[in-house]
Amino acid sequence: MLLEALTLQLGYNATLVTIGAALLGLAAGATGTFLFLGKRALVSDAISHATLPGVALAFMAMVALGGDGRALPGLLLGSAISSAVGLLCVSALTNRTRLSEDAAIGAVLSVFYGLGVVLLTVIQSMSSGRQAGLESFLLGSTAGMLWNDALVIALGGALVLALVALLRRPMTMVAFDPEFAAGAGMNVHRIELAMMGLALAITVVGLKIVGLILIVALLIIPAVAARFWSERVDHVVLLAGGIGGVSGYVGAAISATAPGLPTGPIVVLVAFGLFALSLVLAPGRGVLAAILRHRRFQARVHVRQGLLALAQGQPIYEPLTLRLMRGRGLIRADGVATKAGRAQAARALLDERRWQLLRSDPAHEEAAAHYDGLTPLESVLTPDQLRALDRGLRPGDVQAGALQ
Amino acid sequence: MQVATEQGQARDAESPLDIRGLTVTYGEKPAVFSVDARFAPGVMTAIVGPNGAGKSTLLKAALGIVRPVSGQVKAWGRPIAAGRARISYVPQRASVDWDFPTRVIDVVLMGQYRQLGLLRRVRTRHMEAAFDSLRRVGMDGFAERQIGQLSGGQQQRVFLARALAQGADLYLLDEPFAGVDAATEKAIIDVLKDLRSKGKTVVAVHHDLGTVPEYFDRVLLINTTRIAEGPVAGTFTQDNLQKAYGGRLATAQMSALA
Repeated sequence: MLLEALTLQLGYNATLVTIGAALLGLAAGATGTFLFLGKRALVSDAISHATLPGVALAFMAMVALGGDGRALPGLLLGSAISSAVGLLCVSALTNRTRLSEDAAIGAVLSVFYGLGVVLLTVIQSMSSGRQAGLESFLLGSTAGMLWNDALVIALGGALVLALVALLRRPMTMVAFDPEFAAGAGMNVHRIELAMMGLALAITVVGLKIVGLILIVALLIIPAVAARFWSERVDHVVLLAGGIGGVSGYVGAAISATAPGLPTGPIVVLVAFGLFALSLVLAPGRGVLAAILRHRRFQARVHVRQGLLALAQGQPIYEPLTLRLMRGRGLIRADGVATKAGRAQAARALLDERRWQLLRSDPAHEEAAAHYDGLTPLESVLTPDQLRALDRGLRPGDVQAGALQ
Repeated sequence: MQVATEQGQARDAESPLDIRGLTVTYGEKPAVFSVDARFAPGVMTAIVGPNGAGKSTLLKAALGIVRPVSGQVKAWGRPIAAGRARISYVPQRASVDWDFPTRVIDVVLMGQYRQLGLLRRVRTRHMEAAFDSLRRVGMDGFAERQIGQLSGGQQQRVFLARALAQGADLYLLDEPFAGVDAATEKAIIDVLKDLRSKGKTVVAVHHDLGTVPEYFDRVLLINTTRIAEGPVAGTFTQDNLQKAYGGRLATAQMSALA
């Protein structure tokens, strides 16, 4: 069943939804990366909740004009206008009052959402129009998706992606260093508004599939997951688009396998699954890699300390140090140094003495910055520099090292 | 009288940055109050004053990064917007998130935004210019490094390289020596002196009073208002420092400086 869903063999509606969700996820992931990097992730939450009064008012307006009030383009236009008002409210509250952005987001989000719910209640009591299903914009509803709906999503998503590609440089510069960008003559405020305007477009386009409450997840989770895998903005943007697209595709396919499985929430859960995988498995920034790196580092510290203790004839008490040094064949089971252990210990001591000398000499300040207790000085200085440095050592030190 | 005015105008046209009556407030409290400052071309000027004296704010307001309540700023005698392509700004290192996913070379390329624009491809000549800037600050070996892996001094050098890549005539630096190692301090001052020898103008917010006479030609002392401006020799005096810092500077420190 799932295989059929993934290969788009579950019928017309399921295919439309799956492709639509994949395109939406792709565009949302790429757009959301800039919000995330600019630390404006929660602005999208205010934007999405501010769509609700627009949806309701658009419905009322279309009914008043004689329609049944459910034409998707009309509802999306209404939602775009009201969320733009919400976005401008957040922007004005942040820039023109002493409110911080989080407080402004909280205020705008709740007030607009509350107004939207009140308007929905009013609509329920209206005698004309087909009000049933309007609340499906809260969590998305794909059951009755039409070709035209899919087309709106595809075109909207493609347009947003094109604008993201066009504005990627200024958006990156503003996200990284707004002061420099402003100093270079960029209109930082306008670029931030453009960035949030793109998030707004994604929200509006995604209302049908994911709904206004969960669209935030599709903007933010792919970006956060992608960040684990790369240290370059352009790669993070592409990866986030990929993760969003896969989440949309797989999520929609899963929801098509059984009746009553909601598309939006499942898409979000798939995205979360990819996030969790990234969190644990990503090399570099992932949790597992961090643990392994820390343990390797810890082992190096212990061995180094153990070697220095050996060289200076001091006893080693720490069980971990003893275990590591036995494992490396540096000491015997009874704690006595092996030949290799003595050689390495002497070398470690010489290295330490050299470092001490180097760090006490202001002329070597740049090289001294490499000191971390573990890096051998041979990897920092050239052989010539080392020989020059060794002239400052006490006679015993060099010979002790050279003999081994 | 006539002659004097004409000379004044000629000087106006030459000053890379001319600030008149600049006032900036945060809320109702002025951070900078009615400051006049005309920075001389081709020399290095330090902006000096106690913490919270409005040194950084003065630079930011001059560039339009924060909006002043009043005042006029001109660059080479024309509105600042017209001169922007010739001005480089080096913000405080602490003002950005160094965990941002970008490499050293990408940061330096940001300095060439005017050449690259929205969509132009990064070509060899852009990369060469970026590498040249990195070489001048001694960071060419770090181009591929993620910026979060750099030490504080290296971060500051990357910021300076980004400004150099802009190829500007006026360099405005906000605390370029704050929290950097001695090797970086020397590398930076060498670059700045090299810029001066090429006729560029350097203005730096500076916190280390001890190095002012050694590094700079002129000094602007401010503490919300302008205290004094002029060549270091005649302006950086115990008397003026007392006026700028009030009781915050111990007498012993003062006499050590003067």
